[in-house]
Amino acid sequence: MTDLPIPAPPTRPLAQRLTDLLVWGGLIVFLLASFGPVEMSKTPLLFTKADNISLFGRGFLHPDFGQGWRYVGQMFLTVQIALWGTALAVAIAIPLGLAGARNIAPPWIQQPVRWLMNILRSVPDLVVGTVFVVAVGLGPFAGVMALALNTGGVLGKLFSEAVEAVDPRPVEGVRAVGANRLHEIVWGVIPQVGPLWTSYALYRFESNSRSATVLGLIGAGGIGQVLFESINAFAYGQTAAIVIVIVVAVTLIDLLSQTLRQRLL
Amino acid sequence: MPAAAFETRDVTKTYGQRRALDGVSLKVEPGEMVALIGPSGSGKSTLLRAITALVEIDPGKGRIEVFGLPVQVDGRSTEHVRGVRARVGFIFQQFNLVGRLTLYSNVMIGALGRIPAWRGLLGAWPKKEQTTAMQALQRLGVSDYAGQRAATLSGGQQQRGAIARTLVQGAETILADEPVASLDPVSARRVMEALQELNKKDGLTVVVTLHHVDYALKYCRRVVALQAGKVVYDGPAAGLDHKLLIDIYGPEFDDALEAKTNAKFH
Repeated sequence: MTDLPIPAPPTRPLAQRLTDLLVWGGLIVFLLASFGPVEMSKTPLLFTKADNISLFGRGFLHPDFGQGWRYVGQMFLTVQIALWGTALAVAIAIPLGLAGARNIAPPWIQQPVRWLMNILRSVPDLVVGTVFVVAVGLGPFAGVMALALNTGGVLGKLFSEAVEAVDPRPVEGVRAVGANRLHEIVWGVIPQVGPLWTSYALYRFESNSRSATVLGLIGAGGIGQVLFESINAFAYGQTAAIVIVIVVAVTLIDLLSQTLRQRLL
Repeated sequence: MPAAAFETRDVTKTYGQRRALDGVSLKVEPGEMVALIGPSGSGKSTLLRAITALVEIDPGKGRIEVFGLPVQVDGRSTEHVRGVRARVGFIFQQFNLVGRLTLYSNVMIGALGRIPAWRGLLGAWPKKEQTTAMQALQRLGVSDYAGQRAATLSGGQQQRGAIARTLVQGAETILADEPVASLDPVSARRVMEALQELNKKDGLTVVVTLHHVDYALKYCRRVVALQAGKVVYDGPAAGLDHKLLIDIYGPEFDDALEAKTNAKFH
């Protein structure tokens, strides 16, 4: 055919390859450096001490449902904590999510709101829970508040990112009829982000039903508290029964929220 | 003498280095039907958007008045903007309906500027406005789709919904930015006829930007041509001759008159 030289296949630019090297190389170096501190060298113990594990595991093979109804009741309380925690979180996240969106709020509002959401999100809910336990005493209310603040920060960030991704054209359409800012949000933005917001909120309700379990550790009530009591008492049969209750409950919530999500979208 | 539908005086708009509008002065009287033509990038959309301050013009002596009220002065929108927007219907190339809301809700949005703010926030539309909305949808032949989400409708149906929205708005002027550019020829004709009817029967001022010159010649008495942000022709449609169009459009000329070969040239 022609004598034209065949062009070379495209190569990735040096800067890109260096970035790759830095990211992957950095990850490998970090993994190696962390080998000692997390005691990965103890891996063989998994096999040499297998007897201990089977002893422990045998307890789990015989779940003790002697207090089954109590567990179900406490699990229900945990779900109620998650429900209120998530509901308050949504109430916090809607104004934060709108005020934290670049296309809605001016920078001098948007940036501080971003920082506030970062703080809410990054303080572990265990710590927030402890603060509320100190303030209002042991019990579910401390758990609700801990979940509300933490999840409020998480949902606020997710909500604002959804708002930043809206199609600006319908919003401009609403603006063009002489609507005010609030009208633009209610009729131009919310209809677009509604399904995504709902989806995020439902997902956080699921994961809060699990987090609420951990909050039992600090005396925030619910199934978590019962769980830790049974572990501390070496009552593995009871622990097994509680774990089964939790798994069943979380699965049910998951199914329920899936159905809800399909309905709403 | 009634105030002009709108008037721009020496309006300039720059995007970075590029001049989208370069000293545009244009006056449109109530009841006129005007076509804004010109090649893409000539500034016709920018001009239309500047009229209701959806685009802010450059600071300086440029000035825009609508219904005799100053809307943009020294590059800033004035306090009259929302009041003026409520009286001016805007039609977009991509319809700009809220896809997840029903066609009916989209049309009701037109009432936002006229009803108490709290009613608008809650969607508590007054009975009278509801009737107006259904009437408008019926007039444009899309009342059957009132309960459907806007996103599920065809482009022509959405655009007619958008026109219904301007009717509910009680608009005195309709600004249409490439209203038929994304429509098939049949839908395009219906939309243009709807605009023409509103101009003739209801006496609305209509200003429409059009890429295809033949629509401009067929439906509009007055044509304003822009080129590189400057007004290069302003006069009756009949005064546009072949040579002038080639001057305006340059190499894009064939494309701009493409539809003419199929449609009859009026």
